[in-house]
Amino acid sequence: MSFQFTNKPGIAFFDFACCEGCQLTVLRLNQTLIDLLAHIKIVAWREVMTSENSDYDIAFCEGSISSKSDLERIRQVRKQADIVAALGTCASIGCHNALKNKWTPDHMRASVYGDPHFPADVITPRPVAAVVPVDYHILGCPVSTPELVTVIKCMLTGQKHQRPNEPVCVECKRNDTLCVFEKGLVCMGPVTRCGCNAVCTSFGDACRGCRGLMEGANLQAAVQALTADNRHSIMMRCKKNYDLSENDIYEKFTLYNHNHTEDIKHDRDQDSSSHPG
Amino acid sequence: MTEIKIHHLTRVEGHGELTVHREKSGAARVRFSVVEAPRFFEVLLQDKDFREVTHIASRVCGICAVSHKCAALKATESAMNIPISTQTEIMRRIAFYGEVLSSHILHIYFLAGPDFMNIPALFSLLDSEPELVQRAVRLKELGYALCDAVAGRHTHPVAMTAGGFSFVPAQKNLRPFKDKLHNAMEDLEETVQLFKLIRLPDLSCETEYVSLKHPDHYAFYDGDLYSSEGKTVSVQTYRDHITERIEAHSTAKYARWHRPEYMVGALARFNNNHDQLSPKARSAAAQLGLQAPCFNPFMITTAQIVECIHCVEDSLHLVNLLLEKGIDASAVQSAVSAAPGTGVGAVEAPRGTLFHEYAYDDKGQCLSANLVIPTAQNLGNLEKDLQTFQGFLADADDDILLQQLGMLVRAYDPCISCSTH
Repeated sequence: MSFQFTNKPGIAFFDFACCEGCQLTVLRLNQTLIDLLAHIKIVAWREVMTSENSDYDIAFCEGSISSKSDLERIRQVRKQADIVAALGTCASIGCHNALKNKWTPDHMRASVYGDPHFPADVITPRPVAAVVPVDYHILGCPVSTPELVTVIKCMLTGQKHQRPNEPVCVECKRNDTLCVFEKGLVCMGPVTRCGCNAVCTSFGDACRGCRGLMEGANLQAAVQALTADNRHSIMMRCKKNYDLSENDIYEKFTLYNHNHTEDIKHDRDQDSSSHPG
Repeated sequence: MTEIKIHHLTRVEGHGELTVHREKSGAARVRFSVVEAPRFFEVLLQDKDFREVTHIASRVCGICAVSHKCAALKATESAMNIPISTQTEIMRRIAFYGEVLSSHILHIYFLAGPDFMNIPALFSLLDSEPELVQRAVRLKELGYALCDAVAGRHTHPVAMTAGGFSFVPAQKNLRPFKDKLHNAMEDLEETVQLFKLIRLPDLSCETEYVSLKHPDHYAFYDGDLYSSEGKTVSVQTYRDHITERIEAHSTAKYARWHRPEYMVGALARFNNNHDQLSPKARSAAAQLGLQAPCFNPFMITTAQIVECIHCVEDSLHLVNLLLEKGIDASAVQSAVSAAPGTGVGAVEAPRGTLFHEYAYDDKGQCLSANLVIPTAQNLGNLEKDLQTFQGFLADADDDILLQQLGMLVRAYDPCISCSTH
């Protein structure tokens, strides 16, 4: 896809089921956002401006689609915009919203509202990218600032954005961060697409995979490495600390990648049933 | 009768709808509906490991992520009897102040501010008032930077874990905040001067004011649950006092305590705890004509300015305290072990009292979760105030009426996607 703008393109922000933290990250571009205003005009941004204007070329969409009215709204946005960007993990791959897919809307409504039919307009949540074609995926929970700026530059100059396709481990090594497995924690870094500068591991946490799996990631192998009997002593420590079964590890890997891990789990179950023993 | 409405109210967090039914006689009925799609956090947290519960919990809200994180951590620590160190508490308070500052500045300048300056967005002032825009950006950024320094990031905090922090900042990364916080007082002083010039609508809507209350300090991070009806109770018993209910026009729940409606947030805190504010904050309140008890909901924004000053002053005090004592780098949180139990964590999020409650099994898996959000608690009171306010606007054109009522909704600084969660 390439699209050249002759005038300042109109930009709009839309949000669906989410925490709006990615839009706040855009607002936190501070001076960079002010500088960008020389090249773009923001025509609609409900969270921070009042505007009747719907003359936009580029739509940033944050959040997951989780109601019928969301479906209508996102289709309308797609019709109007030349470029649609999925802003953040909710819009791109579903984030925690997708975790709900193991329950029915009726069950969730009954648990939270005590009424399986209230509110009426609830559908199984799905990322924006599952409903309409998306031109740019900006990953992360929340999105990372340098990547956000790079994507905006690509949009304005009609270029594709080449998403990094290396694991978070690469950035950890570059930052000289102690491997999370050394600390006996389960880390999703080896199968997760980098581009966040490994922020979570830099601050002592594990990677939980918020930027989604990188292309060709072998999740099954990652899980097996953590559970197989002949595993590395480092992996043994994870097992010892948390007493994790293969399913527990899958559960950990579903936090942000529910849809993807479900596919793999399904394949695995099929494999094991067709090859007994 | 005619029906007029604002479909998706602007300059608020999340999706809310304002509907007015106007009679020919001029009488009107106002309704504020939360039309946000529920995210069902209370369901998706079930069966999650406690470390993941606290990880996910901050994702309820991008603006008040630290508040949600702290409420979830406190609930979990209470359920499992996990102790925290003094250093951890100081660092959490610093992150907390950073969040209150950035959230309040977002509201004061970016969301509510444009109403008083008659502009569609703060960025409209880039050419005419560049210094004002820069000041807003500077103050908001300072709040975020404080969170970054101690928690790795504001949205969403990384280093805060059950029992402590997974990372400890170097002294040299905290030291610059001594100057930054000191200099911010000048920007806040300018903010006070700016708001002295703004005439807010004069509205009096007395109600029940609810907040945390602490014997030693102006409560944000901790305290008992207090109502202006004169009652103090332990937050662990919140369910015995605060009752949530469902209204058909809203995906967020409503709440009551002594009265069918009550207010939480900056003005409720100010009314309940004003005598514990820092001296500069108290002086700002006096300059801005804010006196307790204040019954004007438009003064929520004013109370937020006063609280910003308090946050900056007290953060400076806490940063100095940490630097003087020296930061214990060995205090990095190692693995804590799970224990069964139920616990409640309550904090004063920027928009008011926030409750998280979790029950865990012996492996630390979440059995049930309950979140009570400030904006949801405010909804009943907001609708009552909207109804009162419209009475003064009987002669106004439809457009003006909606604009004025929208301004009142915005004064409450609703965090709507949070309220639905």
